[in-house]
Amino acid sequence: MSNARFTYVLRLADANLILAQRLGELIGHGPALEEDLGLANIALDLMGQARMLLTYAGEIEGKGRTEDTLAFFREHRDFLNPTLVEQPNGDFGQTIVRQFLVDAWQMELYGRLVDSTDARLVGIAAKALKETRYHLRYSANWVVRLGDGTPESHDRVQRAIDTLWPFVAELFEPDAIDAEMEQVGVAADLAEMRAGWNTTVNEVLSQATLERPQNQKYQWWGKRGDHSEHLGPMLAEMQYMQRTYPGAQW
Amino acid sequence: MHTQSLDSLAALEKRFQEKVDAEERIEPQDWMPAAYRQTLIRQISQHAHSEIVGMLPEGNWITRAPTLKRKTILMAKVQDEGGHGAYLYGAAETLGVSRDQLVDQLLEGTAKYSSIFNYPTPTWADIGAIGWLVDGAAIMNQIPLCRCSYGPYARAMVRICKEESFHQRQGFEIMLVLSRGTPEQKRLAQEALNRWWWPSLMMFGPPDADSKHSAQSMRWNIKRLGNDELRQRFVDFTVPQAQFLGLAIPDAQLTWDETEHHYRYGAIDWSEFQQVLQGNGPCNRERLAARRRAHDEGRWVREAATAYADKELRNRRSA
Amino acid sequence: MSDSREWPLYEIFIRARGGLDHKHVGSIHAVDATQAIEHARDVYTRRQEGVSIWAVKSTDIIASDPADADAFFEPARDKAYRHPTFYEIPDEVKTL
Repeated sequence: MSNARFTYVLRLADANLILAQRLGELIGHGPALEEDLGLANIALDLMGQARMLLTYAGEIEGKGRTEDTLAFFREHRDFLNPTLVEQPNGDFGQTIVRQFLVDAWQMELYGRLVDSTDARLVGIAAKALKETRYHLRYSANWVVRLGDGTPESHDRVQRAIDTLWPFVAELFEPDAIDAEMEQVGVAADLAEMRAGWNTTVNEVLSQATLERPQNQKYQWWGKRGDHSEHLGPMLAEMQYMQRTYPGAQW
Repeated sequence: MHTQSLDSLAALEKRFQEKVDAEERIEPQDWMPAAYRQTLIRQISQHAHSEIVGMLPEGNWITRAPTLKRKTILMAKVQDEGGHGAYLYGAAETLGVSRDQLVDQLLEGTAKYSSIFNYPTPTWADIGAIGWLVDGAAIMNQIPLCRCSYGPYARAMVRICKEESFHQRQGFEIMLVLSRGTPEQKRLAQEALNRWWWPSLMMFGPPDADSKHSAQSMRWNIKRLGNDELRQRFVDFTVPQAQFLGLAIPDAQLTWDETEHHYRYGAIDWSEFQQVLQGNGPCNRERLAARRRAHDEGRWVREAATAYADKELRNRRSA
Repeated sequence: MSDSREWPLYEIFIRARGGLDHKHVGSIHAVDATQAIEHARDVYTRRQEGVSIWAVKSTDIIASDPADADAFFEPARDKAYRHPTFYEIPDEVKTL
């Protein structure tokens, strides 16, 4: 039981950690100074959520692993983020579409985790929900501006949605861990989450004059450790210092 | 707009100087000499450019920060620097110039920014050294500017100084942990100090005797203390800190002057400073190329936002 | 190299805590009012310095002319009776 809880919490932690890592690549390279600050703000919030969730996961596991041992010493197949968040930043359109899809997902997730039977998740979700509300507003506004901006921006954002859409299915596909955690009231109900997410996404896409792609069969299961090619180089970069100087304090 | 007679121009300049001498603030709508306006635009925009370019040498370590805590702190610091750039561009814009004009000057290579950001950050220890030395030098420069005669600039500096103190502390803390760590970490720290010491001293600018803008800037209270005095203060503060860290300042001539109570330091290689200022430093081209790329690749985004806002306005008007 | 049109400039006013006035903190660029509030939040409230943000297009600010400062503000200085320090209150009356 605690194994399933560990896995469930780790999945949420890794979603934040890997997405924050992606956003960290962009600071100083955004399309405007104010967007650098906006993206950095989101990255900082996600890092905060990642650290709280990683720490909690380590406690559940009970083997003394900390936020840092989990972040810097797990191998590729033990990271459990959904494959969507490891996709490359691409242009600003792809970055903001990825962000929007995840923000809408986290709104549904944290919005329900505040009623979880797991008190620790309730606390983390309450704080994260406030932050996510702002992230969603930011990313949704940008999807609309770009979708309904110029012909060029419209094409770029439509392409971004088409590129990222295959990774969306994984966000709502339940497996044994989800089922077990839902049964004991820890986890958010994925079917309900999907319904809420669809409403939000459809509304924003419509405002943005963008087309919702057809749902597609899913090929990667990041939440089970089966990742795309993108996670490897990210981990090599992220874990470099700890692996090169083993045992050092920083 | 009518032209001023020479008499009334002299009267305006006199009243202006009296205000400055009385430590009163000059605000955006007040009359000011054209040269005062131009000097401020140059100084404030250079400062703003420095903050923006400064995001790059540190930003490139965000993805490789050695712990999650350090990663978080570094993200916040780099974000702060962007914020400082925003405050400063805002202050410059009160003088009648647009941010786009200033950014164009930077990207075309006609504007200057602090030479220090043209140096590379090859190791994590460089992040510590930048926080400790570069931010330390910047704070030394910036605190007197909180009393600068131009209101918007002084207020921006107050805001910046409040935020800057954490920057230096986190840098020093990084160096402290390294200097108490493994032999490899100590070596990293010492090598970073070796790389950043002299460029940090150069941050204060050429000796006052060689600095063409200094005298007039001081009369206008745009500059409160001379380059040499600030540089000396920085050395006096920092040498004991290095000693505390157990690191050696890379200056064979460094000695303590018992009579004057100052550290006397060796000769600065001003030719290096000139080279870097003219665009031949180790990273000048890369830094500007990165900023140009971000600007160019972001054009479609900025234009889309403008187009959307225009549509919204038209829709509201016809509704 | 430059954009055809720059994002407009907005002046930002922030109320730091309930009970205080909005204070001018500086300016930001944004395409419209919605974005102005977002940008102001990201630039000026990174350290929880605000409960309320006002954004005004810089071109919408109407300011008094410094040349009129004497006419506008000097007469008020002569009206010392508007200031509490003008009045002598006996020490025994502590609450005024």
